[in-house]
Amino acid sequence: MSVLAVFNTGVLSNALAAEAAADKVSDGFLLANSWWLPVMSFVGFWAILLLAKRINVKNAAAYMGIAVIGVQFAFAAGAVVQWQQRTAVVVEHAESQSAEGEAHSTASDTTEAETSDETHAESLGAIGAASGFSLGSEEGEVVKLRPSVERSVSWYRNGDTDIRIGTHVDGFAVAMLFVVAFISLTVHVFSREYLRTDSRITHYFAALSLFTGAMLWMVQSATTLGVLFGWELMGLCSFLLIGHWWEDRDNTDAALKAFFTTRIGDIGLLIGIVILFFAGGKTFDIAVINERALNGEIRQWLCFVAATCLFAGVIGKSAQFPLHTWLPDAMAGPTPASALIHAATMVVAGVYLVARLYGVFWSGFSIHAGGMNLGALVGSITLVMAALLAFVQTDIKKVLAYSTVSQLGYMVMGLAVGGWAGAIFHLVTHAFFKALLFQASGSIAHSGSHHSFEMERMGGLRKYMPVTFATFTAGYLALCGVFPMAGFWSKDEVLTAAKTNGYTWAFVAGSLGAFLTACYMTRTYTKTFFGENRLHLFHDDHDAQLVNTGHDAHTTHDVHVGHVGHEGAGGLEGAGGLEGAGGHEGAGGHDDHGPHESNIWITAPLAALAVMSTVVGLLQWPKFYAFEHFIANITFEETVIARWGSPEFNLTGVAIPSSILGLLGIAIGVVYFKVFNHDFGLVKRGGIFALVHKVLKNKYYLDHLWTGVVIGFVKGPLAKAAYWFNQQGLDGAVDTAGRTSVGVSRWVYRFIDQGTVDMFANGIGSTTNNLGSGLRKTQTGNVQNYAAIFIGAVGLAVLAIVLFI
Amino acid sequence: MDFNEWVLSLITFLPLVVAALVIALPDEPSQKLIALVGSFVPLGLIIWVLTNYDYSGKGSAVDKDGLQYAVNQSWIPLIKARYHIGIEGIGLPLLALSCLIIPLCIVYSWNHFPEPHNPKAFLALMLILETGMNGTFISQDLILFFVFFELVLLPMYFMIGVWGGPNRQYASLKFFLYTMFGSAFMLLGFLALYFKAGNTFQIHELMANANSMISPSTQRWIFAGLFLGFAIKVPMFPFHTWLPDAHTEAPTQGSVILAAVLLKLGTYGFIKIAIPILPEGAKSWSPVIGALAAVGIIYGALGCLAQTDFKRLIAFSSVAHMGYVMLGISTLTSFGINAAIFGMVAHGFITGMLFFCAGSIKERFHTLEIKRLGGLLKQMPKLGWVLGFASMASLGLPGLAGFWGEFPAILSAYEPHPSLSQSLFRVFMVVAAVGTVFAAGYLLWMYQRTAFGEPKAEWDGHHFDDVHTEEWAAWVPMLLAIVVLGLFPYLLFKITDVPVQSLVEHLNKALGS
Repeated sequence: MSVLAVFNTGVLSNALAAEAAADKVSDGFLLANSWWLPVMSFVGFWAILLLAKRINVKNAAAYMGIAVIGVQFAFAAGAVVQWQQRTAVVVEHAESQSAEGEAHSTASDTTEAETSDETHAESLGAIGAASGFSLGSEEGEVVKLRPSVERSVSWYRNGDTDIRIGTHVDGFAVAMLFVVAFISLTVHVFSREYLRTDSRITHYFAALSLFTGAMLWMVQSATTLGVLFGWELMGLCSFLLIGHWWEDRDNTDAALKAFFTTRIGDIGLLIGIVILFFAGGKTFDIAVINERALNGEIRQWLCFVAATCLFAGVIGKSAQFPLHTWLPDAMAGPTPASALIHAATMVVAGVYLVARLYGVFWSGFSIHAGGMNLGALVGSITLVMAALLAFVQTDIKKVLAYSTVSQLGYMVMGLAVGGWAGAIFHLVTHAFFKALLFQASGSIAHSGSHHSFEMERMGGLRKYMPVTFATFTAGYLALCGVFPMAGFWSKDEVLTAAKTNGYTWAFVAGSLGAFLTACYMTRTYTKTFFGENRLHLFHDDHDAQLVNTGHDAHTTHDVHVGHVGHEGAGGLEGAGGLEGAGGHEGAGGHDDHGPHESNIWITAPLAALAVMSTVVGLLQWPKFYAFEHFIANITFEETVIARWGSPEFNLTGVAIPSSILGLLGIAIGVVYFKVFNHDFGLVKRGGIFALVHKVLKNKYYLDHLWTGVVIGFVKGPLAKAAYWFNQQGLDGAVDTAGRTSVGVSRWVYRFIDQGTVDMFANGIGSTTNNLGSGLRKTQTGNVQNYAAIFIGAVGLAVLAIVLFI
Repeated sequence: MDFNEWVLSLITFLPLVVAALVIALPDEPSQKLIALVGSFVPLGLIIWVLTNYDYSGKGSAVDKDGLQYAVNQSWIPLIKARYHIGIEGIGLPLLALSCLIIPLCIVYSWNHFPEPHNPKAFLALMLILETGMNGTFISQDLILFFVFFELVLLPMYFMIGVWGGPNRQYASLKFFLYTMFGSAFMLLGFLALYFKAGNTFQIHELMANANSMISPSTQRWIFAGLFLGFAIKVPMFPFHTWLPDAHTEAPTQGSVILAAVLLKLGTYGFIKIAIPILPEGAKSWSPVIGALAAVGIIYGALGCLAQTDFKRLIAFSSVAHMGYVMLGISTLTSFGINAAIFGMVAHGFITGMLFFCAGSIKERFHTLEIKRLGGLLKQMPKLGWVLGFASMASLGLPGLAGFWGEFPAILSAYEPHPSLSQSLFRVFMVVAAVGTVFAAGYLLWMYQRTAFGEPKAEWDGHHFDDVHTEEWAAWVPMLLAIVVLGLFPYLLFKITDVPVQSLVEHLNKALGS
């Protein structure tokens, strides 16, 4: 009965794929069987959960997890190669199409976009028969396109409607598979050391596997329903990992908040999926929905409604304003999990959704119109407001968390301004350098600052932790967008798209964000690695400090370890890494340790990510645009990019100005935070600066609004009022009805039964009377109530029957 | 008669025979044994039925009414009531659920008989319950249906009234009389159907006749009577107030059976009787049902948030979940009704599981006050994780069974039957979607307060056994069912889809669209 057994090659209604099948294009083993990837994870999940503790090897769970992800990584890397080698369908570009097919034309501007609605439709109409596409092609040039590999199977049938589940493997999916597998691999290896002594290491690695599987599933899912499965499963894993140390209320609060907040967005996601199901002709198939959205079969306003609903899901999952508040709190989880889930992969699920259903957003948000739209607005607000928040954080993980929110804003904005490939590219580069930065901060906490993420306890670490320093520097430069690091290229693409496509405000916000990012990252960078090491300042009042920094779940955990030694003792992050913790190995305990470099399990993943953060940007080297070619998608090529293009590299208009802004940010950061070591100097002078600081410290009071006001109201007064109504109103009515009936029947009994009937039937009457009073003694008032109701009902029934007949 | 004609009757009446045996046997071990074995026989038979069932609904084993394993014998000629039984895809999953839940409850009871113990009576009552439930799902005659429908009341009344909590007398009577109250109107509806639509109690004859013979306005009145009977049983807001009391006071097994099967008698009644026989009535009442369902989804969730008692919280969650089922039914579409049946089965496993967890917690802590619980994962990690799993299933996590009852129901409300107001049902859809957030809210909050954190100081020094063997034995099939149905929904949808499609076709014909 296994669904897998009947997993046959099915062709979703992608015209090109159908054609490809007809041409007997070989699918490539790994591409056709990519569904193995999530299956491996799920098998790994159960294996770790059920077997790891029985295997008599230290850290068996870690090694099992690493083994699974290792195979998956090899699989994904192979898939990249197979996709690159995949036989492209080579077609002469039809002239009518190529006329509009100036993909990389920088000439696209708003007026041109507006003029050609009919031609737009024409070109869209051609999709059905499309056998070619245009990417950077000149007229008449022969172009190549790799058809996606589609597999699907019927999940269930409802009458004529076949609900299918399947995979849709194209360049975008393969790229995502590779990124997810790569980062997950580094995280697994890193965690082997980082959570070495955690008593729940089994659960941790099981959850990591499950998460990886969910993400690997989502990015290749061919249907919106399949995406929803991966999406929600990731939500569960995120919940489990944020709440990994569930002894502490703070951690479970954060876990609940994450799950709950994203679920609020999911209301929109559910409704959006439902709307698109019917709008697409009773199908969840993403390719079909995109085609229909783009060729006008789905009315524009319906697309708008659907896109807006889906966007609510994006706001929740990808932590966009105003639902971003869960993400900084999510840092309560173990740092490698934060790196994987709350920085590099899961949080981009929303971005992925927009990119995957781009046809719907393109048409719904009228992206071609330029100016402004919901996505660009939310993205712009998010990227600036989160960058500002990053300035006032004292916890390095929180800085990185807000930085993540800000960068997600870039991605969302990039997609919403038409920069499809650019935004996806930013997603990829960000995944590498943000995973790097997070894990580097984990390395610091592990070996350099006694499990604290407070930057006050760091400083001067470049001398003690050279590898961490070097790799963090790579991530830092990448995030600041310094040439030729990864972030430079991808941020540049997003900004270029905004500028070229007429989204002036988004471009301004993005440029401002680039400046702010460079500035706050410089603050973090200098506070962490330069100056004097400040750790020793905290030695004497170690425990007192821990209490003071109670919001930092990890350090609070430290306190438990010190004297309780309960099951969760090992649960503290990195306890074992620092041998002194809890006094297990080192004689002197904690306080004798100065900062030192982490071992190879940690530095190797950092090094790998640092290399990627450095080189991956080069994939989009102008003229070649290798990444963009890799992810080229038939539906979008024909419509979106063909008419808009990913604008070409713009040296003088974007690259140089944004680089100057970035460098300016760094320079100001260095001067303000390093040379003068001001940090909050201005704030202390009061006035407007103090006010701004207070607002930022309170995270624009959004947490108060959501948790305090909204949730507080529902959980408290509203729920209590509803329950009061239930008990006093509804139930009260039932009881009152019963009591009234009893009253009536008593009266009937006393005055009619005993008073009249009894006179005529003494014998029977007295027997009944005795029996009745006997019964009455055994009965409670309620018995009578209900008996009376019943009798009343039967009476009514008889009456009604008589009336009916 | 061959075995095919006997099998449904065996499934139904065997438990009654076994109950008599249990009462007749002198000692406890043999009573337990015979009850266990006796309850497994119907399970074996239903598995046989499931493997031999014609899922296409077109083969020679299917009679003209779409029934399989049907028997149609004279029973009470005077009122033309017939012993007409048979099974189709709407009743089959519920019949199977009932046949599975009872043995699992008996397994769970093995060393967990609630006070005042008395296994003999307890087991006998469970088996009598099974007869009532199974009979309801195979009846094709309204009088037969009514007899079985009422038969379940008595054993449940005693289970709550004798083995229940401190307020058991109030709760059991409320349960009994409130449902009886509804049944009276239902019976009235049946009688009206008999007299108005050709002097018959046969469901399929009524389906063919009633719509043309009864005017729409009369249909609305008769439907109201049936509605009252079934809605109280479901229970739908605002007729649900018996449920939290019954659940809170009932012994664990009673709660499980109540949630898993008994509530479904009401929803089943809508799909099997009220809607197909009275399409015009259904059309008029659907907006009301949909509205009450939507209100119930939010209202039940708010009720959950206000609870301080673990079991009462789960009881209120049933109100919310049955809201999704009723919403699906009220759309009068195949998506909605399929989802509703799936939702019934899923709710049976999931909420049954939650009640099992509650029972096991109560047995160990002698309290279900959420305030006094906490750190369950520390005291009993396995039980804690099972509870977490069931909570996740209950909030409709994709990949687990609950999702397929919830999501397609929301889906169906987007495009209800053409004779219904689309915009109204879209409002219901949004409300139902919002309800999923509430569900996450009350379940996770409950889980945080009971399972996470440190155990409360009052339990220091207490040792609590983690999940026992017989608990595992009762739970593993349910946990597996939740996962398997979640991943392979066609296992259930392929059973329900055939009769649901013909039901919707019947509605389309009757409503002229």
